[in-house]
Amino acid sequence: MPDTATASDIKALGRADMAARLARDIEEGWVVNLGIGMPTAVSDYLPPDKEIIIHSENGIFGMGPKPAKGEEDFWLVNAGKQYVTLLPGASMVHHADSFAAIRGGHIDLCVLGAFQVAENGDIANWATSENDSAPAVGGAMDLGVGAKRLWALMEHTTKEGEPRLVERCSYPLTALGTVKRIYTNLAVIDVTPGGFKVMEMVPGLSFDDLQARTGATLLR
Amino acid sequence: MIDKRVKTMAEAMAGIKDGSTVLIGGFGAVGQPNQLIEGLVEQGAKDLTCVANNAGNGHVGLARLMELGRVRRMICTFPRTPGSVVFEELYKAGKIELEIVPQGTLAERMRAAGAGIPAFYTPTAVGTLLAAGKETREINGRNYLLEHALHADVALVECWKADRWGNLVYNQSGRNFNPVMAMAAELTIAQTQHMVELGDLVPDTVVTPGIYVQRVMHIPYLDKA
Repeated sequence: MPDTATASDIKALGRADMAARLARDIEEGWVVNLGIGMPTAVSDYLPPDKEIIIHSENGIFGMGPKPAKGEEDFWLVNAGKQYVTLLPGASMVHHADSFAAIRGGHIDLCVLGAFQVAENGDIANWATSENDSAPAVGGAMDLGVGAKRLWALMEHTTKEGEPRLVERCSYPLTALGTVKRIYTNLAVIDVTPGGFKVMEMVPGLSFDDLQARTGATLLR
Repeated sequence: MIDKRVKTMAEAMAGIKDGSTVLIGGFGAVGQPNQLIEGLVEQGAKDLTCVANNAGNGHVGLARLMELGRVRRMICTFPRTPGSVVFEELYKAGKIELEIVPQGTLAERMRAAGAGIPAFYTPTAVGTLLAAGKETREINGRNYLLEHALHADVALVECWKADRWGNLVYNQSGRNFNPVMAMAAELTIAQTQHMVELGDLVPDTVVTPGIYVQRVMHIPYLDKA
């Protein structure tokens, strides 16, 4: 892989900073679903001056921060089965109504982690092989098609340096053509009709550096 | 007098047949009818199709039922969890069948069963491996999959408060799949933390009307401090 900058020049974001960067773009009043894994951390960085309604697949609208130690309520968990709290104004529904909100387009933003995102907006985040014996899909396919906006939060490459932003996903798809924006440890990239458009890059990284780490042509 | 309360687990489980489809409520440990699942383990019905979000944990409850070879088929959304050791082993050995369903589709298939809707079109899973063998139809320029209602013989649900008519309310996120499962089964058995007098539940806060529930057993097992 061509490499025009040394790793030490590039100020790649850590996972917490990636979550914080994405959180800055969430707008007042949005209903937001944060996927399991890295996206869940976005809730730790929500702008305190805005009211944002966090949804969880198990039927919660208006989740608050995680409870203080010793204050956990056994009956109050999020989709990742972690203890959570409720904000004043929260409401609860059953699973079918919760996913009605998802498919019905009532969620303004969903943030999912991903193995791969393709330049046409396809996302693969649930199985790494067609032969995976018992893959676990959870609510990812519903979230992938239902939210008004789907953003992916992911490392730009695999640990081995293979691009995860690609022309076409090689892993089994979660949803087709629905990702609108990608936040990685290196860049913010919009998925446009013409392909991946670079909106922002971390300091020390050139456009060519980023292109070298990406499996599809980037647009400026 | 309508009185759906049962006093013993044997009464609660009476009549569950081999080959039944059994819905099991809960999301993780929350809202999961643990004692009723143990009751089903004791009761002995086999060749079961079990429907739950996950595929059991450790060696108790649903995992125990599987370990005893009583579950022929699992329908779930997320079989692979850190605790799903029994399922993994059975699945690898080809001793259990698996149907993976997206979570929203699973909930809606049960809701549809309870609501008299035989099938419905959904955008979820279009173009993915989980669309294999399913009818796709374009409606207003978008593709949808045909999914069928999921009826069951039995539903095991957990609730917070119940009365003798079988009206149920849930606590916090303990609601999850329980209300739609209660609607989708011929025989819905609820375990409740609190049994209250008829009339004590505020009518417009009842989540599952008693018409969907056949048996209620008072099993307080964990309360708020």
